[in-house]
Amino acid sequence: MTKQLTAVLGTGQTHHRAKRQDVSMPGLLREAIDRAMTDAQVEWADIDAVVLGKAPDLFEGVMMPELFLADSLGATGKPLLRVHTAGSVGGSTALVAASLIQAGVHRRVLTVAYEKQSESNAMWGLSILPPFQMPVGAGAGGYFAPHVRSYIRRSGAPEHVGAIVAAKDRRNGALNPYAHLQQADITVESVQKSQMLWDPIRYDETCPSSDGACAMVLGDEAAGDAVEGGAAWVHATAMRTEPTTFAGRDQVNPRAGQEAAAALWAEAGITDPMSEVDVAEIYVPFSWFEPMWLENLGFAPEGEGWKVTEAGETAIGGRLPCNPSGGVLSSNPIGASGMLRFSEAAKQVMGRAGDYQVDGARRALGHAYGGGSQYFSMWLVGSEKPGS
Amino acid sequence: MPDVAIAGFAKAPNVRETPGTTNGVEMLVPIFAEVFSQTGLSKQDIGFWCSGSSDYLAGRAFSFIAAVDAIGAFPPIHESHVEMDAAWALYEAWLKIKTGEVETALVYGFGKSSAGQLRRVLALQLDPYVVTPLWPDSVSIAGIQARLGLEAGLWSEKDLAEVAARGTGKDVAELLDTPYYADPLRRHDIAPITDGAAVIVLSTVERVRDIVEHPAVITGIEHRVDSPVLGARDLTRSPSTEAAAKALDLDGVDLAELHAPFTHQELILRSALGLGDGVKINPSGGALAANPMFSAGLARIGEAAARIHRGESRKAVAHATSGPALQQNLVTVLEAR
Repeated sequence: MTKQLTAVLGTGQTHHRAKRQDVSMPGLLREAIDRAMTDAQVEWADIDAVVLGKAPDLFEGVMMPELFLADSLGATGKPLLRVHTAGSVGGSTALVAASLIQAGVHRRVLTVAYEKQSESNAMWGLSILPPFQMPVGAGAGGYFAPHVRSYIRRSGAPEHVGAIVAAKDRRNGALNPYAHLQQADITVESVQKSQMLWDPIRYDETCPSSDGACAMVLGDEAAGDAVEGGAAWVHATAMRTEPTTFAGRDQVNPRAGQEAAAALWAEAGITDPMSEVDVAEIYVPFSWFEPMWLENLGFAPEGEGWKVTEAGETAIGGRLPCNPSGGVLSSNPIGASGMLRFSEAAKQVMGRAGDYQVDGARRALGHAYGGGSQYFSMWLVGSEKPGS
Repeated sequence: MPDVAIAGFAKAPNVRETPGTTNGVEMLVPIFAEVFSQTGLSKQDIGFWCSGSSDYLAGRAFSFIAAVDAIGAFPPIHESHVEMDAAWALYEAWLKIKTGEVETALVYGFGKSSAGQLRRVLALQLDPYVVTPLWPDSVSIAGIQARLGLEAGLWSEKDLAEVAARGTGKDVAELLDTPYYADPLRRHDIAPITDGAAVIVLSTVERVRDIVEHPAVITGIEHRVDSPVLGARDLTRSPSTEAAAKALDLDGVDLAELHAPFTHQELILRSALGLGDGVKINPSGGALAANPMFSAGLARIGEAAARIHRGESRKAVAHATSGPALQQNLVTVLEAR
């Protein structure tokens, strides 16, 4: 390996809302970018390149919007890349930005991801029926509900586990001033009383639909060394893809996710993720995906992820706090949701997570998935340089 | 940092309209087979996959996910995608090899331009608040760019016809006798609408010697973007191409593959890259012969590399463009080693 050390120098995000009609797309992006650059203490002249990510262009109705955004991204005259890997894109975008530093090409890179669904109609964007393909006709919740049912049947998990996740993440979100949903008073019981949308997924167990953006400034070793209070160092990265459908595919515990996690832990030199990782920001758009991904990521043996959740170990103060920021269940600007997970992991190890800071967080996971649970991207960041 | 070389290149037939789906699978499966047979590699040998394509061209969300079906991606693969011409996917793959994480990569791009009205679809790349609502189409914007150069005395309509004549062997006077299509552009000034796909295999220089006799080593690759505001930049120049070229060593280049969908854009690019008369331009015919959206830029790199593989060039420059009026440009230098 010839990889150069790479660090997160600063992060920023918007206030996420259902409709951010107070700003244009450039305005939304600059809200996140300006915060990230202030946090990183960098100026435009310090930025060597820009990497932008978002989910389908049809969600805003602009083809390759990075082109019209070039000026507002500060990219004019510089290299600009645009990544799109479905729901995992926020994570993949961060990884492409990291590779610009790891490859020794640049010293400081700005990366940003966003979605502004209120500009167009995401349901329309997802409803165009290509020929020769089975229509799902159910939205994301309808698509994933059978996977959740299958998980419950296979693991024997009790029904209230999903509600535990939802209540925890929403209460965490109330500690995060940027979170879309602020529900400090939500309880397991109130979640269980909310309307059933796609059995067994209830209304309070689904992510909102948000406008929002997230940005990070990444830098090389010298730039990371200069961060006051310490940068977040990239210890390992991984991406894996498998096809949407084929006979015998395990959509509950996809092999692409397992292999991405195995590669991540191997690169980071981690043999027991549950003991060695302090906090995890996992892409959980529907409550039950917390226990499912705990297993897929290797934090728990297959069929036992729900026990970790039920025991309260994924709450702040537990053995592995999951989504202390409130996660996707509290804010879901689709294209940015993955980068939010990556940046929240960085904030934890930099000690900049405010009211939802996990005490003594030294190693944190950022995770994203997309498509029909087929695209996975993840990174492990630490408060110390890798190997030290 | 390992050096990276191009080990193989294949392209789908460039056609006006393919009967296949917009997700490219029908065009990709045969060229994957071709590039594997050419290189002696199989999908298990590929460390990283990266593609370039556009959902808007395909008229649907997530078209690149369906394209993954062309790979047979199980066991799972290490893969990424850019919503850009696949020349930028090649850039991402080049980075991946540079990091030392993988030794080989396969890059592909695809697009079915015939699925919609291309010049109207491309109007959606403009500022959605103040420009797209006027629906300036891609041919008209190029016409404005050509007009500005004519009025500035930078080129004549005859200069443009000469660019077209070089690739087609047609008579310049006859070309100038044809009617305007979008004044001042004639049919021969405008790239055809093409469905197509292309694939390139990259490898570390260390490993490439086992794959191809005369590898094309990437000795430099740079890309930049210009302002999207058409009225705020000098459309008769390409500052982003100039900046990319400045960061590269183009000395001694004997061949150039330029992604110029309009004749006047070739003139802009030749000047931006400082290419003299001794440099062979677009022996493949360039984008004026075939312009498969989202793979035409990658194909320029592949066509240049193929000529190095065949011993026809020692040092070549390949260029890719994206966006209205040459907004974004990537320049690659390839050398025989």
